[in-house]
Amino acid sequence: MAQDTVGRTFGVALAVCLVCSVLVAAAAVSLKPTQSVNKALDKKRNILMAAGLLKSGESAGAARINELYEQIEARVIDLSTGEYADVSPSDFDSRRAALDPSQSEVISPDKDLAGIKRRAKLSDVYMVSDGNRIRKVILPINGKGLWSTLYGFLALDTKDLNTVRGLVYYEHAETPGLGGEVDNPNWKALWDGKKVYGDNGEVRIEVVKGQVVPGNPAAQYQVDGLSGATITARGVKDMLRYWMGDEGFAPYLDKLRDQGVS
Amino acid sequence: MADKPKDVLLNPFFNDNPIALQILGICSALAVTTKLETAVTMSLAVIFVVSMSNTAVSLIRSYIPNNIRIIVQMTIIASLVIIVDQFLRAFAFDVSKQLSVFVGLIITNCIVMGRAEAFAMKNGPGLSFLDGLGNALGYSLILLVVGFFRELFGSGKLFGVEMFALANEGGWYVPNGMMLLPPSAFFLIGFFIWVLRAFKTEQIEEEN
Repeated sequence: MAQDTVGRTFGVALAVCLVCSVLVAAAAVSLKPTQSVNKALDKKRNILMAAGLLKSGESAGAARINELYEQIEARVIDLSTGEYADVSPSDFDSRRAALDPSQSEVISPDKDLAGIKRRAKLSDVYMVSDGNRIRKVILPINGKGLWSTLYGFLALDTKDLNTVRGLVYYEHAETPGLGGEVDNPNWKALWDGKKVYGDNGEVRIEVVKGQVVPGNPAAQYQVDGLSGATITARGVKDMLRYWMGDEGFAPYLDKLRDQGVS
Repeated sequence: MADKPKDVLLNPFFNDNPIALQILGICSALAVTTKLETAVTMSLAVIFVVSMSNTAVSLIRSYIPNNIRIIVQMTIIASLVIIVDQFLRAFAFDVSKQLSVFVGLIITNCIVMGRAEAFAMKNGPGLSFLDGLGNALGYSLILLVVGFFRELFGSGKLFGVEMFALANEGGWYVPNGMMLLPPSAFFLIGFFIWVLRAFKTEQIEEEN
């Protein structure tokens, strides 16, 4: 057939590719601004959920989210010193920073509990105030689960900078129904009131296998495991150990304590 | 093969349903039917992709060289799916997050490719559009039926609105957790096929 010549084959392939790529590129470029707005809104929504200002599963429009978000102040800190860095939070992109060699550092494998290999030198933090004083501080955490890196927020109560007020994950690709249950509101509710640090400042919070035995003195540091999701649960525990430790937010939390925020 | 436009559009509903008779596109039918909301979004996406890809393939069918026809079809389908994905991310962010990879996986949904190869390569754009629309609607029908039962019995809700008073909030209904797991979709599709074949006995395969 005439249409099976080599020239014809290349011609049609080229034409199809051109038309398709123009269409795809047009859609991607023209919709980008709307998508970025959605992404930013989704991040805000999750910060609000970690802060307990928005119930999980509660649907809220953009206006409501932005209104609630006014109670939250974002700052950028230097992780190793715990000091505030002179960077505007709106310019800071933690994902990009973690990949950029000039803005991040390699974590030595023996310390890399979270399995993330590189850590940005700076981090964003969020503070929730009720007008007069700061009530909660929200810290971004991430680490490897079974299939994916989980990204989330941990909220700590500023009264002792030790009591967890919420844990949410806003991005992960764990198995739905098993590891994906990190999104389950019932499980997330278990975190409220748990303690991160033991009496000597060591990170003790953990996800146990099975259920926490009530009355056990360690129960205040423990959260029920997720059945069928051993590796995801271990990932959650390890990333908390990492991010709450000296490599993570411990220096910053010490600074906050010194300044008498708690 | 039916060639009347009406038959082309309506046959895939019950007579030649892509899931129930052709057994295509099962995997997404399991994955996105735990809630009606995702099932509806997925249905709309598939309706758009299949009807558009069928039309596009049919329009250029006499120009497509035979030896690269599958790749050409694939390119068209993939482009349409990416466009749908971009739109969902822009205008239905929450749903697109729940659907996650399954929107992208429409590319590999056998229905899309199957209709392009089996129908659009041989028929005019108008008929091909109707065929794509019909098959996608037949697929959607199953998705909605399965989604309806899974959400109703699995979470006691429809479109997120509570239908049954749930036991953990003081009501009478204890949600059937199995309905939220993929195997229940198999059971429901099985029941659907059973009911369908009880009415349309000509679909029953002969035993050897």
